[in-house]
Amino acid sequence: MMTTGTKLRSAAAAMTLVLGGAVGWSAIGHAADAASADGTIKIVESWTRATPAGAQVAGGYLKITNSGSQPDRLIGGTLTIAGKVEVHEMSMTDGVMKMRPLEQGLEIKPGETVEFKPGGYHLMFIGLTAPVKTGDKPQGTLVFQRAGSLDVTFDAMAMGTMPAGHTHN
Amino acid sequence: MLRTIRICTWALVALLAGAVVLATSGVRMPWLGSHELPLAAAIGGPFELASTNGGTVSSSSLKGKPFAVFFGYTFCPDVCPTTLLDLSLVIKQLGPAADQMNYVFVSVDPGRDSIEQLKLYLSSFDPHIIGATGSEAALADMARKYRAIYEKVANKDGYTINHTASVYLMDADGRFHGTLGYQEKPDVVVAKLKRLMAGA
Repeated sequence: MMTTGTKLRSAAAAMTLVLGGAVGWSAIGHAADAASADGTIKIVESWTRATPAGAQVAGGYLKITNSGSQPDRLIGGTLTIAGKVEVHEMSMTDGVMKMRPLEQGLEIKPGETVEFKPGGYHLMFIGLTAPVKTGDKPQGTLVFQRAGSLDVTFDAMAMGTMPAGHTHN
Repeated sequence: MLRTIRICTWALVALLAGAVVLATSGVRMPWLGSHELPLAAAIGGPFELASTNGGTVSSSSLKGKPFAVFFGYTFCPDVCPTTLLDLSLVIKQLGPAADQMNYVFVSVDPGRDSIEQLKLYLSSFDPHIIGATGSEAALADMARKYRAIYEKVANKDGYTINHTASVYLMDADGRFHGTLGYQEKPDVVVAKLKRLMAGA
């Protein structure tokens, strides 16, 4: 559904393109996919958003697939421009936004793909050392219990970018 | 006791949500617009907080123009910047008419959000939006009057804040008019704000 919001955002994104930046998430080529050394964990479509001035935090979004035969667990990570990275879950219940860190990380079952996206699971980049600007490509690692560490690059999209297929309430 | 309060709060939220659904469903509910409605009287009330425009912003200083107010904090990676961005886009869409009301972002995280921090943060959004915060006591009092929920949840090395994501719409006399839902369609938001400004 093409709402005015997405039109506005598309317009904003188109403007950014004119200015030499990126266009809406679904329309661009994205950061290189990442795979663990043993090939069981694959990460695609890793992205983040430009942050407001002075923001100390940003969300990280991606898709994780476990093609191994054992469950694995995302237990943490790093980002060069953040003090730390946590795995968080957000939910909206009766108009109340709830956010909590998953202190045990998040299990990815064999054969499962989990999407981290606004409004749900996300990486929480805490203690940003610099604002994230549209077009930036902050780099970091994600650490899994079995598969070990993967290098991941995040595409910084414009503020307010939503994943493909997102519709307004 | 706590449980009773929680149940009552949720009942009120459910009632409110129902009222909002009815009010926006196109069915004319004259009583919903009535300021005598006890429900409307139950949301809102006097408050006074420090403002990013210098001095304070209060129920008295806002009197005379309708206002939109919502609760959040700058350590919020998603809902708060998205709400501020959505509101900024709507303000742009309203054009000069946007000046007929005020927009207030209340940080419920005074421990991390100083007025300077709020000012810096809001510099990324439409300048109509005023940032405000205050003591824990002042914020708790305002949230109680607005029937807004916010709670600080400690974790192993910090805290997050759960909070009501809706935007409250208040009329020129500071009385409750309605709400905007998170990520509500911009066209619907513009229509609601126009109705609010028209005093309908």
